[in-house]
Amino acid sequence: MVASVTSLGRNGLYDWLIQRVTAVILASYTVFLLGYLVLSPDLTFAQWSGLFGHTAMRIFSLLALLSIGAHAWVGLWTISTDYIKPAGIRVCFQAACGVVMFAYVVWGVEILWGL
Amino acid sequence: MLVSIYRYNSEKDNVPYMEDVNVDIPEGKDLMVLDVLHLLKAEDSSVTYRRSCREGVCGSDGLNMNGKNGLACITPLSEVVKKDKLVLRPLPGLPVIRDLVVDMSMFYKQYEKIKPFLVNDTPPPAIERLQSPEEREKLDGLYECILCACCSTACPSFWWNPDKFIGPSGLLQAYRFLADSRDTSTAERLADLDDPFSVFRCRGIMNCVSVCPKGLNPTKAIGHIRGMLMQRST
Amino acid sequence: MGSLRTLNYDAIVIGGGGAGMRAALQLTESGVKTACITKVFPTRSHTVSAQGGITCAIASADPNDDWRWHMYDTVKGSDYIGDQDAIEYMCSVGPQAVFELDHMGLPFSRTEEGRIYQRPFGGQSKGPDDPTQAARTCAAADRTGHALLHALYQGNMKGGTTFLNEWYAVDLVKNQKGSVVGVIAICIETGETVYVKAKATVMATGGAGRIYQSTTNALINTGDGMGMALRAGFPGQDMEMWQFHPTGIYGAGTLVTEGCRGEGGYLINSEGERFMERYAPNSKDLAGRDVVARSMVLEILEGRGCGPDKDHVMLKLDHLGEETLNAKLPGILELSRTFAHADPVKVPIPVVPTCHYMMGGIPTNVGGEAITRTADGQDQIVEGLYACGEAACVSVHGANRLGGNSLLDLVVFGRAAGLQIEKTIRDGLTHDDASDSDIETALGRLNRLNSSTSGEKSVEVKDELQKTMQLYFGVFREGESMQKGLKMLDEIGERLKNIHLEDKSLAFNTARIEALELDNLYETAVATAVSAEGRRESRGAHARNDFTERDDENWLKHSIYDPTTKELSKRDVNFSPKTVEAFPPKVRSY
Repeated sequence: MVASVTSLGRNGLYDWLIQRVTAVILASYTVFLLGYLVLSPDLTFAQWSGLFGHTAMRIFSLLALLSIGAHAWVGLWTISTDYIKPAGIRVCFQAACGVVMFAYVVWGVEILWGL
Repeated sequence: MLVSIYRYNSEKDNVPYMEDVNVDIPEGKDLMVLDVLHLLKAEDSSVTYRRSCREGVCGSDGLNMNGKNGLACITPLSEVVKKDKLVLRPLPGLPVIRDLVVDMSMFYKQYEKIKPFLVNDTPPPAIERLQSPEEREKLDGLYECILCACCSTACPSFWWNPDKFIGPSGLLQAYRFLADSRDTSTAERLADLDDPFSVFRCRGIMNCVSVCPKGLNPTKAIGHIRGMLMQRST
Repeated sequence: MGSLRTLNYDAIVIGGGGAGMRAALQLTESGVKTACITKVFPTRSHTVSAQGGITCAIASADPNDDWRWHMYDTVKGSDYIGDQDAIEYMCSVGPQAVFELDHMGLPFSRTEEGRIYQRPFGGQSKGPDDPTQAARTCAAADRTGHALLHALYQGNMKGGTTFLNEWYAVDLVKNQKGSVVGVIAICIETGETVYVKAKATVMATGGAGRIYQSTTNALINTGDGMGMALRAGFPGQDMEMWQFHPTGIYGAGTLVTEGCRGEGGYLINSEGERFMERYAPNSKDLAGRDVVARSMVLEILEGRGCGPDKDHVMLKLDHLGEETLNAKLPGILELSRTFAHADPVKVPIPVVPTCHYMMGGIPTNVGGEAITRTADGQDQIVEGLYACGEAACVSVHGANRLGGNSLLDLVVFGRAAGLQIEKTIRDGLTHDDASDSDIETALGRLNRLNSSTSGEKSVEVKDELQKTMQLYFGVFREGESMQKGLKMLDEIGERLKNIHLEDKSLAFNTARIEALELDNLYETAVATAVSAEGRRESRGAHARNDFTERDDENWLKHSIYDPTTKELSKRDVNFSPKTVEAFPPKVRSY
């Protein structure tokens, strides 16, 4: 058993599962958006903002946003433990990633819900 | 044939170097790489490598031959030599002791970590513990591992975290005991593997499968372990 | 000498193969402070190459099976110079030892009832009155040795055994009273020389098949224990008895298990004839290994060999079908495709009798205690020295070993040695310490090699030795040519004194180890040669063209080779089993 306090779930299976579930969410979100763009060749701003006015779309977008955060955290945490061997630099990198992710999520929420 | 061989003797050399030697290969014979090493050693007795059974079952002579890990004793020249040249290096990712001999202690440590022995809390019967042929069949493709380290030293995840990631060989053995109907410590074994490194550093690169000289499939075994962990926790 | 580090144990086991690890496990579990010294990582030991199985009357294939039938087969197989008390012990304790292996985790193949799968092997019957072929060899596919060795290593890991991996034992240390008090050993990785002191020293160093040019044995089988014992002045027993396995792959020497014939494969000559029907009408291809090997050589000598040089025969398996071969003999398919370039599913495998097993060795009693001879020819136990496995001659194999009995020998007598040592140590075994000069004596050979300044390369001398043994002491032997062989061995002995170690570096110096191994090969070869020349009869694996008959009147005896005089004497065979009537010598036919 290898202990680790900085991984998202502090448990391999949890991280692994998060990585896969969030990947599915992000993939469906991407497919949905691309599909929407292809099917609406004469897209106007009103249509576009109308789409994001739907509560369902807002929930879907928020889900995707949180998924990006979690997905990126697990991924970058893994990369940092693979390649950054000095513990001090690794923790700084992880902290920076955390701050960036947090900022993006808050900013995204603000845009989506217009707070 | 030109053989380029990795040389390092800590008592003489500051840094390792590649030595190029021309070796006369007898006509009409498809020698194994190990035979070539014997020819080299007959000329220069300081050439150092491990070997024992010379038939691919003891796992001593894992090497990197023209860029691919394998056992020298069952790798024919016809299969590995390109443009009449053979490059021999020690298994990658482990400290070199001398020439082609690597320090395998990290590899063995990961093997020990998975408690590679049968655990059964019930008192043993007067005869063998019964096991059906179907239950026994689950061990095929697992128990045959010879601990040659070709797989683990071909695995980038093992290169980066040899102290934390069990590696393909150890995980194959971990599953060998998880799959054994005679073993009763499945829960403890799974609990020991649940962290982010031991199993989950496997990224499915499958180098292990492509180099295993015994044709085993550690990636598949790792998938089974993940499945068992999932079943246990969801 | 003052700089020599000393390690201190109650017991040391030299050799990390099946016998050594079984002994080490027994000792560790009973609380004796033990170290297992092994020149290769334990799972690289030659036990790993055993294929077919471990013969034992566990009554799986036949619920009425009886260990006494196994005992009868073994006595008959030994051509009646196996010690019957030892064979009785092995066959009766065997089932327990095999069940222990299962409990340790050995992945035996299984029957529908969930029991261990047993296959027919050569020389197996249902007792003296019923020559029906029995199936008594417990198997894990055709990788039984590999499965057994790994299970034992795993058992030792669980038990917490101390291993000195990649350490090489150089020579025994004897005190002034002649007791063995440990060994001089080299840590191969660092090159450090150490005196490993012990109350009990177990030789579990395996065989020495590398004295022959063509052998199924691993490159590490150099008779290190035999060499050490002989140099220390202890005798070798039945050293002329070398088993030539009928089916070594032609050209490569790698083993093809007898299990192939057990599963229904058979040998054919150049005319496609199943010739064993002529030599052994009842058992055919499953006669004793000595019988099959000799029949093959006779076929070749009479011009019915296969290939352009008519120098081998063929093992036919294709009629068994791909499915059976994949299930029962997967390792053989691999080996044959790799080393014979023949796919047994489609074509037969070219095979030739190949040196396989040393029936002789360090004489011991059932408890693994080494035996030497007093001046008046009495047995005397060597204090502190034990042996088990192929290095020992208990003797359960006599003049010819039955297939599957070697793995049983390893676990039964490895365990027995452990039990005996535990008891002896508990009874208060102590020795006088070795003096500086005792240790200096044991260091002599190593010191000479390390200070050599010029001379011959060891690899050339080794080639010459192997050729000589192959040519003059092979399947068929003859007095005059053996005399010639002995002379050549004398010359090789002279060259050996002049071996030069060019590379004197410390770290992982395999050239040094190989030079030291060569001495052991030579000691073993000379013991073999003298014993073979001296036994003037044909018995079991020892077949002489000038003495073609078995001579029970003069030679129903063990041969004892004395290394100090290079002379041969005789020792009585045990005909006093404890619980059954002895099996008297009979004409041996299959």
